[in-house]
Amino acid sequence: MILFNEKLVRKRNRAERRFRAYGILSLLAAASVLLFLVYTIVSSGYSAFFRTTLLMDVQLNAAHMDITSPYTRDVLMQGRYTSLVKTSLYARFPGVSERRERRALSKLLSPGAELVVRDYVINHPESIGATVALEVPLSSDFDQLYKEHLPRTGEHIRFSEVQLRWFDQLQEEGRLNYRFNTQFLFGGDSRYPELAGIGGAVVGSFYALSVCFLLAFPLGIAAATYLEEFSGNTRLTRIIEANINNLAAVPSVIFGLLGLAIFLNVFGLPRSTPLVGGFVLSLMTLPTIIIATRASIRSVSPGIRQAALGMGASPVQVVFHHVLPAAMPGTLTGTIIGLAQALGETAPLLMIGMVAFIANVPATPLDASAALPVQIFLWAESAERGFVEKTSAAMMVIMAFLILMNILAVIVRSKTQAKVE
Amino acid sequence: MSSVMTAETTEASEKVINQVQDGPIVVRPEKGVDIKMSAEGVSVFYGDKQALDDISIDIHSKQITALIGPSGCGKSTFLRCLNRMNDVVGGCRINGRITMDGEDIYAPRVDVASLRGQVGMVFQKPNPFPKSIFDNVAYGPRIHGYAQHRDEIEEIVVRSLSKASLFEEVKDRLHDPATGLSGGQQQRLCIARAIAVNPEVLLMDEPCSALDPIATARIEDLMWELKEKFTIIIVTHSMQQASRVSQRTGFFHMGVLAEVGTTEQIFQNPVDNRTRDYITGRFG
Ligand SMILES: Nc1ncnc2c1ncn2[C@@H]1O[C@H](COP(=O)(O)OP(=O)(O)OP(=O)(O)O)[C@@H](O)[C@H]1O
Ligand SMILES: [Mg+2]
Repeated sequence: MILFNEKLVRKRNRAERRFRAYGILSLLAAASVLLFLVYTIVSSGYSAFFRTTLLMDVQLNAAHMDITSPYTRDVLMQGRYTSLVKTSLYARFPGVSERRERRALSKLLSPGAELVVRDYVINHPESIGATVALEVPLSSDFDQLYKEHLPRTGEHIRFSEVQLRWFDQLQEEGRLNYRFNTQFLFGGDSRYPELAGIGGAVVGSFYALSVCFLLAFPLGIAAATYLEEFSGNTRLTRIIEANINNLAAVPSVIFGLLGLAIFLNVFGLPRSTPLVGGFVLSLMTLPTIIIATRASIRSVSPGIRQAALGMGASPVQVVFHHVLPAAMPGTLTGTIIGLAQALGETAPLLMIGMVAFIANVPATPLDASAALPVQIFLWAESAERGFVEKTSAAMMVIMAFLILMNILAVIVRSKTQAKVE
Repeated sequence: MSSVMTAETTEASEKVINQVQDGPIVVRPEKGVDIKMSAEGVSVFYGDKQALDDISIDIHSKQITALIGPSGCGKSTFLRCLNRMNDVVGGCRINGRITMDGEDIYAPRVDVASLRGQVGMVFQKPNPFPKSIFDNVAYGPRIHGYAQHRDEIEEIVVRSLSKASLFEEVKDRLHDPATGLSGGQQQRLCIARAIAVNPEVLLMDEPCSALDPIATARIEDLMWELKEKFTIIIVTHSMQQASRVSQRTGFFHMGVLAEVGTTEQIFQNPVDNRTRDYITGRFG
């Protein structure tokens, strides 16, 4: 017969159950907070991926556009499309003739409408003189009205009776469409919410992260390898090691200040550019990469080192042929996590002026540009109702990139791991 | 009598002779025997701790020398001196003189990497590189520049694997990861890897300790074949193995080489009491 202390066993089992319950409770709490966060962001942000357009018959009258043949690209760029758009709009409402009324009517359309017409004309110069049906964006207020984000009645109503009537009429005629907003994904920033895009910020962040990776990855691996494999355990290396660990804990805004003082003021690099942003971010990412690389170098089995040394490999060959490849999974995961952190970093970018309003998508890392987190910051500060959904949508974009990078880290890890093992 | 191994002391250390009276009993080689490697008055310290004390031994060419002795007596330490693997152990200091073909292997002009190419090592625990079987064997020839072309390397790989009697088992999966092999196969792969660079001396530190009797027998057979071309030094805890495979045996005890001689003499007629006790299983 097995002897046991019944009281003790019961007490122990109870403690076990209790602990499990605590664990499940905290998991549930964390999950519900996360779900709530995702829900609020997605529910207020998803509509930014769509916008309302008006299907309009535009008569491409060369005289109205103030252009003459030959219709080269330059000539067409110079054309005046505002009046063309307005004329076409007025043509839909023959009863509206008074100047005040006409101005109120033109408020329905976004200033981006003329750009749609211009781009069409540039791409189809042969259709000048003809009448074409084009979908042009509504102004932000009416876009919001369509999305039912703004009230039709009440105190702070932004629409006049007659504007609402025109809007309803267009809707009844089936002229209003709800379209996927490619301009939001690929365009640059704008003062007008319905025209503002996240593309410039995405490209800016991409350039900054690329610069950061190109700089921090080789430097980090070199530093970690030297410290771990060649430097020996001297007082100096211990001091360096302690300081690298400290560096990882320094608030990022301080790296921004450093970047401002050194990269902009001393080296005179162009401000607001992804190049400098990448430099500053690499300062932050470097300690993360060094620490991750050192940890994974240390965990490489000593048998591999011995085998390589025993085969007559030089210390450098041992490192490059065996230790670093075996340490790669950990190094890459650390790097991607470091880059993901850098992607969300706002403060250091503010310090080096990446917070300016920039309407162009940057062509090179040397062009002034926004970055994703800074773009969120800028839009969150804007008063217009249209920017509220943009802010949330930008958060969705940044979260999508973060999730992608983390998935990439997992894939890279299992792929390289499989190769090493 | 030992000296720090530097160029200046080479002359002095040449005067070191074996102290037959109070030191280890050394059977001096008969005439006509080729001495491949020789240690003279070798002492090793790990920090302050002395692991080996005044070891002198001759390793005969194209023979198998077994090193036996209780755990912790310094067999592995001595083996590692022979291809300078102790160089990378922090705090390890070596006095005395070790020569290969009459040349001091600790002389400043000796290139350690090339030395290790000539004095190969097989470790107790199989330690294949986490690469393919092919790349494991090809690694040595590649880094030592013995073969440039793909087909030359392939030939070396096939030859080495065949010599290690592994080729038949792995010929269909040369490019699979080596870590997928069984322990015994991995150890034979490590042997193939070591002999791929055609070393003159092969050091084996308990190569069979992780293997079953069948795999052990294969490796012992293999050693018999290899001894035609290589000089082999094997550390083993198995008396039977030492007596089966080796021509000469050295018995280490607490950091000193208590006795060295032909295997027959050591096992049948040991001079030293400690050797007799160990062999008859009274301690160790
Ligand atoms: N790297 C090291 N640092 C400090 N001491 C060491 C080191 N390696 C070995 N020693 C010590 O040196 C002595 C000899 O060790 P060694 O490994 O040569 O013994 P061994 O005869 O091979 O033993 P075993 O049969 O168990 O493998 C031991 O006392 C050991 O503790
Ligand atoms: Mg040992």
